[in-house]
Amino acid sequence: MKSKWKALTRQQLFLPIFSLIVVLLINLVKDPGFFQIGLQNGVLYGRLIDILNRGSEIAILAVGQTLVVAVSAGTDISVGSVMSLTACGTCMMLAGYGNNSVTELAVPMGVGICFGLLLAFLCGCMNGALVAKLKIQPMVATLILYTGARAIGLVLCNNQITYIRYEPYKYFGNFLPGCPIPTPIFIAAAVIALMALFLKKTALGLYIQSVGINSRASRISGINADMICFWCYAICGLCAGIAGIIASSRIYSADSNNIGLNYEMDAILAVALGGNSLGGGKFNLSGSIVGAYTIQAITTTLLAMGVSTDQAPVVKAIIVIAIVVVQAPAFKQMLANRAARRSAAGKEAVG
Amino acid sequence: MTVGALAGCGSSSGSSSSGSSTAAQADTTAADVTTESADEAVSALTEAGDTAAASGDLITVGFAQVGHESDWRTASTNSVQAALSKENGIDLQFVDCDNDSAAQLDAVRNFIQQGVDYIVIDPIVSTGWDTVLTEAEDADIPVIVIDRTIDDSDKYTAWVGSEFTNEGLAAGAWLKAYAEAKGISDLNILEITGTTGSSAEIGRTKGFHQYIDDNGWNLLDSQTGDFTQDGGQQVMESYVKSYAGQFNVVICQNDNEAFGAIDAMDAAGVSYGVDGDVILISFDACSAGLTDVLAGKINADFQCNPLQGPDCLNLIQKLEAGEEVPKQTFMAEPWYVAEDILPNITYTNNAGEEVTEDLIVVDQSIIDADY
Repeated sequence: MKSKWKALTRQQLFLPIFSLIVVLLINLVKDPGFFQIGLQNGVLYGRLIDILNRGSEIAILAVGQTLVVAVSAGTDISVGSVMSLTACGTCMMLAGYGNNSVTELAVPMGVGICFGLLLAFLCGCMNGALVAKLKIQPMVATLILYTGARAIGLVLCNNQITYIRYEPYKYFGNFLPGCPIPTPIFIAAAVIALMALFLKKTALGLYIQSVGINSRASRISGINADMICFWCYAICGLCAGIAGIIASSRIYSADSNNIGLNYEMDAILAVALGGNSLGGGKFNLSGSIVGAYTIQAITTTLLAMGVSTDQAPVVKAIIVIAIVVVQAPAFKQMLANRAARRSAAGKEAVG
Repeated sequence: MTVGALAGCGSSSGSSSSGSSTAAQADTTAADVTTESADEAVSALTEAGDTAAASGDLITVGFAQVGHESDWRTASTNSVQAALSKENGIDLQFVDCDNDSAAQLDAVRNFIQQGVDYIVIDPIVSTGWDTVLTEAEDADIPVIVIDRTIDDSDKYTAWVGSEFTNEGLAAGAWLKAYAEAKGISDLNILEITGTTGSSAEIGRTKGFHQYIDDNGWNLLDSQTGDFTQDGGQQVMESYVKSYAGQFNVVICQNDNEAFGAIDAMDAAGVSYGVDGDVILISFDACSAGLTDVLAGKINADFQCNPLQGPDCLNLIQKLEAGEEVPKQTFMAEPWYVAEDILPNITYTNNAGEEVTEDLIVVDQSIIDADY
């Protein structure tokens, strides 16, 4: 029994899931209605649904960010801006340049969305080339698009918020007609499943880890380390693009100043909360995803509890610090030492 | 009536091509501002325009504008250009300072060197003006400040602009009168505020909360939506769950937040607006916002008036006539409503004066003229 418990707590996923459950349980004490899920107005309705729905963007970003962190021991800080650029590119194509509110699309919806995703993919490729080929530090390389992508989006949208008041465009961020589950949940699930499958069925996951642990050794053993690194950044860009489409569809517009604002921080935090080392190497995709939903659970909790706006960031910071400290190896070591001392003392007393 | 007066003025004197475009802009001005001070400005404008045009002696005015960062700012520029026109006896020199405060100081110094009769400034920053304003004073050029304020010098002649607190007070006064007219006794209010610490958020909150405190209304919750649609939507999604069936007023501090709140209430099946259970109040009154007012989704929308032109002209006319002008002029702000129930609202504004202001029922022509 005890050894089973120990085995369970040793699991890498244990602490991230534990943290998520603790955050959710805080709500149970305050308001038992938090876990209620009902059917209202023909759609699923409840706080848990909100967490799954609103957490989609962070979860999708976390997928890409996990790969980037693992392969290059650095972070892609451009993802929030790339989300904004994707939204602007898509809305600009759909509305036609210079229009700020349309009810009819200028081009088919698929074309607009593909254009947006293409922009995101190209951003990812640029980051990848800078990091993998030119060996620029990841944070510096992605800083370029962090500042630039949002501005390009602003130019694409002619300095205004472009509205696409076309019903099907709202489907990606809201509900498909007749479907009670919010569409972002499906999109996030699809991205996660696809990536998990890809990592499982191919050797990509292994390659990423080996490049992350020792890039030179992997190259000597025949892995094209630069190429692996490049593709991780490209995938990360694409993930940011998908998240950008969802965020844009939620508000059926491209608000270039605000879409994806500070999301890069949430994405990095999700990776860290998932128990992944920001030093690269071994990674755990499921941990990052649990981390992403934990962040959204905290946000939803703060909203639900009516924590006043000026205090919310402080409370959020305290929760995050607590989670990170609990997961820190030094802290775990300290607990283990203490437990060992206690058991030793216990044995002595018995003896 | 106002529209007729201004458009008439524009078309009677506008024989050139620039004249006709001015008339079009003047239409915009007139449709938005239908209050007394604007009426005075318009009649003064017509008379002065006639006399100045007769004498052929143009007043030169230099205008250093902030930039063109938003539709609101563009509306402000158009308004000043339309009011301070050749037809009204003014030769306007316009400088777009592109949000560069050094360029703005240069522009003002340039105006002083040219010896213009008046300088109009929308200050990009509120400090660092004392030296250049002293230079203007030494050159005997009156300076009129519009929209934003100058905090570190009082060497300007007059200021024209908006008072966010009054917008909040007007919203409170309207809600009080509307609830009485509708026979609603209990007001349970949810507030979605703007970006914490912004001047619009501080003023609108201060004004509206004064009414909450004085009337014992129940403020259920107040959280920020950061002036964004997504923010408004997320906060409202949470509100409809925390306060299901308990609220009957939602007040959003700008239109974007109101759009988000509308989507969230739609998703939750909460009815709002003219025929709904929830009274929805918004600020800004951009054209998309007014479209929702016309559709009956938003009950009332309180505008931050970008059209400083007529008031600005009014001040110049008075100064030309040698009259004293007030140091501060608060612009008449249009209050838009969806229903024709109340003709006007009366409240004590932030300057302590009791004012009665008209409510404007939105129709399509107002939306077309809006920024």
